[in-house]
Amino acid sequence: MTITILRSHNKQEEAYPLEDKERTLLKALTDIKATQDASLTFSAGCRASVCGTCAVRVNGKEQLACAYKVQDQDVIEPLQYHEVLRDLKVNKSLTKKTLQRSTAWLQTFQEASLTPKDEKFSEKQSDCILCDACYSACPVYAVNPDFLGPFALTRAYRYSSDKREADTKTLVDNVQSNGVWDCILCAECTLACPKGIDPKTDILMLRSLSIEQGYTDPTFVQQSFGFDPNAGF
Amino acid sequence: MPKRACYAQDYTGLKILHTLYDSCLKAEIDFLDDHYLLNLIVDEGCIKGAIFLDSHTGEIIQINAKAVVLATGGYGGIYHGYTTNSYGSTGDGIAVVLRAGGAVSDLEFVQFHPTALKRSSILMSESARGEGGYLVNSEGERFIDELKPRDEVARAIFRQEQEGKEVFLDVRHLGEEKLMHLLPQEVALCKLHEHIDPAKALIPIKPVAHYSMGGIEVNSSLEVQGIQGCFAVGECANAKVHGANRLGGNSLLEITSLGRFAGDHAHQYTRSASNKEANSTQRDKDQKAIEAIYAQACTLNFYEKQQALGKLMYEKVGIQRENTQLLQAMEEVRAMQEMKEQMGIADKSPIHNQNLIEYLEFSSALLLAPMIISSALARNESRGAHYKIGFEKQDDKHFAKHHIIQWKREI
Repeated sequence: MTITILRSHNKQEEAYPLEDKERTLLKALTDIKATQDASLTFSAGCRASVCGTCAVRVNGKEQLACAYKVQDQDVIEPLQYHEVLRDLKVNKSLTKKTLQRSTAWLQTFQEASLTPKDEKFSEKQSDCILCDACYSACPVYAVNPDFLGPFALTRAYRYSSDKREADTKTLVDNVQSNGVWDCILCAECTLACPKGIDPKTDILMLRSLSIEQGYTDPTFVQQSFGFDPNAGF
Repeated sequence: MPKRACYAQDYTGLKILHTLYDSCLKAEIDFLDDHYLLNLIVDEGCIKGAIFLDSHTGEIIQINAKAVVLATGGYGGIYHGYTTNSYGSTGDGIAVVLRAGGAVSDLEFVQFHPTALKRSSILMSESARGEGGYLVNSEGERFIDELKPRDEVARAIFRQEQEGKEVFLDVRHLGEEKLMHLLPQEVALCKLHEHIDPAKALIPIKPVAHYSMGGIEVNSSLEVQGIQGCFAVGECANAKVHGANRLGGNSLLEITSLGRFAGDHAHQYTRSASNKEANSTQRDKDQKAIEAIYAQACTLNFYEKQQALGKLMYEKVGIQRENTQLLQAMEEVRAMQEMKEQMGIADKSPIHNQNLIEYLEFSSALLLAPMIISSALARNESRGAHYKIGFEKQDDKHFAKHHIIQWKREI
């Protein structure tokens, strides 16, 4: 079989022949590096879908290289909307800033007893491995590079829904600008997530919390077509 | 049955790590991504900082510090291809301490996890057996009490393999619902890597290197023996909390408790540490060393040797040791060290040179391997994870002691 990898030094797709046997894309990449081309650069760590470093795009779809079985004619590219550092290795430090801007952490701790049901409630959201697959799949970034994005908003929701969080309001306040209302609910993030997390639904939940806190959908206001509720007064 | 440890599905470590990461972002802690630790700066036995390779630029960076905490992980990655560890767990921090004149200890104690997936060496968590999973051989027989310590279970599996039998983990009787509740990640990994559904089929497994009990020799403040102001914590350190045979979950206990402890002690140390800053001697030395690697001809592919070293260590310095095999392994590793002159890097790019980092990691592996072997040779007894043919009993009279290795500091 042959796979094609987008290289950064010449911005060309380079084809690599591989022996016809079943292997993960990550194994294919390490084999190519060890035997064909030592300059091929990619990020990898645990091989077990938990460190989140090896996400790439295969035929236009986000995949963890360690969890994807490579196929003949596959085209491998780096994640979208990231600065390419070299070949398949991208700069994730900027995308991590979305976590800082959305303050996706426990704001104010309060003592609370958690039942197994409570734990289950945010179990999926806390499975996130920060692989950036959802970020790469999100079409909002094509028009708004400042969007907080799926993984940061899922994480903000994870904390806002935790009984030990005493200050949900601050979290909700911090996801308004370039946040929950900028999502177009296309669910590409949900399809891309290798952990089965559903950021789209989490964003909808954050919208509900926002409305509870007195926020309104700014796009809805813009769509009022000149209707003046004060009737000119 | 009461639970012994706190857990979150089969993802306990991940959840701790990410909660810590979120807390670090909240505290506005800086991370220097893609900086590879090359060496420590030590002056008259005191830590002065560390030297890093900045992958973004290829520059050699010096960071001065009054105190340093090493949290660089274990050396299970030396067993390349036969370990649950990530590629980079080659004991780099331990090698760095040795080069800086600090001590390391008990390197012969490498824990083999009984249940890794046969083809990929990916970990099947202990919870699979904790929840009632069985181990069976290819004849369908159970051959060991699955809840015995990891070393005993790993050896029992190894013996089955030596008799030509395959070994499987059987969790079918737990039922699909319970499996998805307790082991969702493991179920996914089995489907992906072994093409089997654990609710319906046996999981083929083998024991592989999983955890290094040995590591950097530290005192009760976690300060490195031989380097004042340098602390070490986690798998890279030998804080002696796991004895010769760690229990599942206890490495997480270690990092959550001792991590804070190491930070507190490092902070205390800085109050009395001298203000004298380091000169650039170490940086210059490391700069030359990296330039030499770039200049070195590459006639032998080190990736092949990395695999050969992993196989050699697994077969001859593995679950069951024997002195003649250990001596053979030592000879082969020495030969590899000599061949290193022919190994270089084919990628000459200054930026994001993964080839260079992997070469440096292999160098750490090649530096530590003979020390694991010599420590294993010196311990003519069996204790925890170290099991030696001909010396199957624990011998407290001669061996109730630690093996400490420390090099004379270069002047």
